[in-house]
Amino acid sequence: MTAPAIHVQQLGKQYRLGTAAPLTRTLGEAAHALLRRWVHAAPSRHAPAAREPFWALRDLDLSIAPGEVVGLIGRNGAGKSTLLKILARVVYPTTGRALIRGRVGSLLEVGTGFHPELTGRENIFLNGALLGLRRAEIRARFDEIVAFAELERFLDTPVKRYSSGMYVRLAFAVAAHLEPEILIVDEVLAVGDAAFQRKCLGRMGEVAGHGRTVLFVSHNMTAVRNLCARAVWLDAGRLVRDGEPAAVIQAYLGRHADADARPEMDLRDWPIRRGTGEARLLRARLLDAGGRVCGRFTRLGPLTLELEFESRTRDELNLSAAITTTDDGLKVLQLAHQDSPGFVPGVVFGRRKVRVEVDRLPLQCGTYHWNLCLHTAALDPLDVVQDVLRFTVEDDLARSPRPFRSTREHGLCSLPAVWRYVHAEEPAYAVQ
Amino acid sequence: MLVWRDITVRYKQTVMGAVWAVVQPVATMLIFTLVFGRLARLPSDGVPYPVFVYAGLLPWLLFSSAVTHASLSLINQAHLLTKVYFPRLFLPAAGVGVSLVDFTLSFGVYCGLLAWYDRLPGAGVLALPPLVALTAATALGVGLLLASLTVQYRDVKHVVPFLMQIWLFLSPVVYPVTLVPEHWRWLLNLNPLTGLIGAHRSALLGLPLDAGALTAAAAVAPAVLALGVWNFRRMERRFADVV
Ligand SMILES: Nc1ncnc2c1ncn2[C@@H]1O[C@H](COP(=O)(O)OP(=O)(O)OP(=O)(O)O)[C@@H](O)[C@H]1O
Ligand SMILES: [Mg+2]
Repeated sequence: MTAPAIHVQQLGKQYRLGTAAPLTRTLGEAAHALLRRWVHAAPSRHAPAAREPFWALRDLDLSIAPGEVVGLIGRNGAGKSTLLKILARVVYPTTGRALIRGRVGSLLEVGTGFHPELTGRENIFLNGALLGLRRAEIRARFDEIVAFAELERFLDTPVKRYSSGMYVRLAFAVAAHLEPEILIVDEVLAVGDAAFQRKCLGRMGEVAGHGRTVLFVSHNMTAVRNLCARAVWLDAGRLVRDGEPAAVIQAYLGRHADADARPEMDLRDWPIRRGTGEARLLRARLLDAGGRVCGRFTRLGPLTLELEFESRTRDELNLSAAITTTDDGLKVLQLAHQDSPGFVPGVVFGRRKVRVEVDRLPLQCGTYHWNLCLHTAALDPLDVVQDVLRFTVEDDLARSPRPFRSTREHGLCSLPAVWRYVHAEEPAYAVQ
Repeated sequence: MLVWRDITVRYKQTVMGAVWAVVQPVATMLIFTLVFGRLARLPSDGVPYPVFVYAGLLPWLLFSSAVTHASLSLINQAHLLTKVYFPRLFLPAAGVGVSLVDFTLSFGVYCGLLAWYDRLPGAGVLALPPLVALTAATALGVGLLLASLTVQYRDVKHVVPFLMQIWLFLSPVVYPVTLVPEHWRWLLNLNPLTGLIGAHRSALLGLPLDAGALTAAAAVAPAVLALGVWNFRRMERRFADVV
């Protein structure tokens, strides 16, 4: 076994919370505090209440072999950036240690170490120098960097005039081309356009292909899944799960969906909506087969949506609902009343409650929202609310005949179908 | 590299570019000449006052601008500090480097001034590089101390110019050491700048050298530098957290 490229032991990073860490206070405050201690311990109005220590990272053990591509996921504030900063040696750990073997190229937040007054060209050299490269080495890669960032025309513009996307393009190009042995990238690519993001992910893959180690943070699960051979989930500074990306991501999304599921909602004050308001959605709930409120459903199992609305319009109503993905808002499934011929909403004055029952939910595992819509028969919106009733779909692994979870990367929906072998004597297609 | 960057930035931002590095000492010299030379009629060891005061201003401006640059270097470049790894000492050192470049420029002007007064320096000039190095080292030491302080206490930033102002008048820049009564001189010599400024003057103007003061300064410089570096290294782990 080769020595790990990154080896982290019992790593902890403590920050102080409160309005100001004791170290950033002004001399005036320091003098004040001193005076107070002198006189007597009278509490001061200036003393921030919360100054208790806070662990951004706690007892973290992690070992990454050379050539591994690892995705780091977790909620906002989980400590991902803190870990990257420690590995990039920008901040020092409070406890434990981090061993790093090899030259580190890091891209921590936007504009890594650029000087706003200098031009793109000058910044490339500056950045290279900070990474410990000689001028000749940088010059050798200069054209490649510029070509990658596609910023030829802006090379002699001070970077303060760059758009944020251009900033990141340049920063990424520099970090990825100065041949670091370990590439550390925080969630910064988000501001790049789609084409550039793809290019960066490609480049990271390439870097990894050359036996270099890549560690990157992303909230883009698809990117983590496609690029990484391993994912690490951090929460509240601790390692929750480490392993095969699909499994870690599934657990991560599942955990949070569970915490955030909202199967019952009062919609009267819901802000994300449009329409004339001549009819209004009041309440909505998701129910399981037994009629209980439920935020968690099984794939190909039953689901019931219950709506309550109030209408004053003389038009005939049109009711529909759509299920969207929570991460990118993709509409996955539509339920429209016309598709069930037995039901006619008609003209409604006053309140109504509607139940929509689905026998076999064809959604893949993941988290979803609903869009609920009241339209006129001419399809003018009366009330359309979006992103409500968050819920999850899971495989019931105990009972499902499938040994693996079906996630959205395999297709947005899934359906049971009739599968069979066609016997040899049957013609493959009908010959007339 | 950082020095080069600081210089580019500095000269890019100011329209007049390098002119600025020259105008500042010259203007200061003119004002001091007017106020202290003409109005207050301070003595100047028998040298024309402008020549006298500029010879003192050279090391003084090197020192004060180096200290100021170095002490602000960390907070002015918090963006670098929190994003890339490199030895943190580079930042204040680069600040001192910029001041050295400015020094060279204003030294060029001084040569012009000396030529005008027909007092071209002799072999004493050869003593200049070590003296400049000594001044820069002292400045770096003080700058490092102030830099760590500025990161911790933001208002130190406002104290630094004030401190420099006081220090200026505690150093024999506008007046000669000879103005101070003999039995108080030792007090003046506690200030390393006294010896350094005196030595610069004697090197440039061929005045008698106060060897005692220079020795004191030469002893203080490495001590200050060592203290500055030691304290800086002790504190640098925390910079990125608080800056
Ligand atoms: N310099 C600092 N001083 C005090 N607290 C800090 C400092 N830097 C980070 N923190 C705290 O540490 C915690 C972890 O922050 P971190 O930036 O690592 O989160 P993250 O996982 O990167 O989140 P995100 O997904 O939003 O980028 C946060 O609660 C943050 O407030
Ligand atoms: Mg972050």
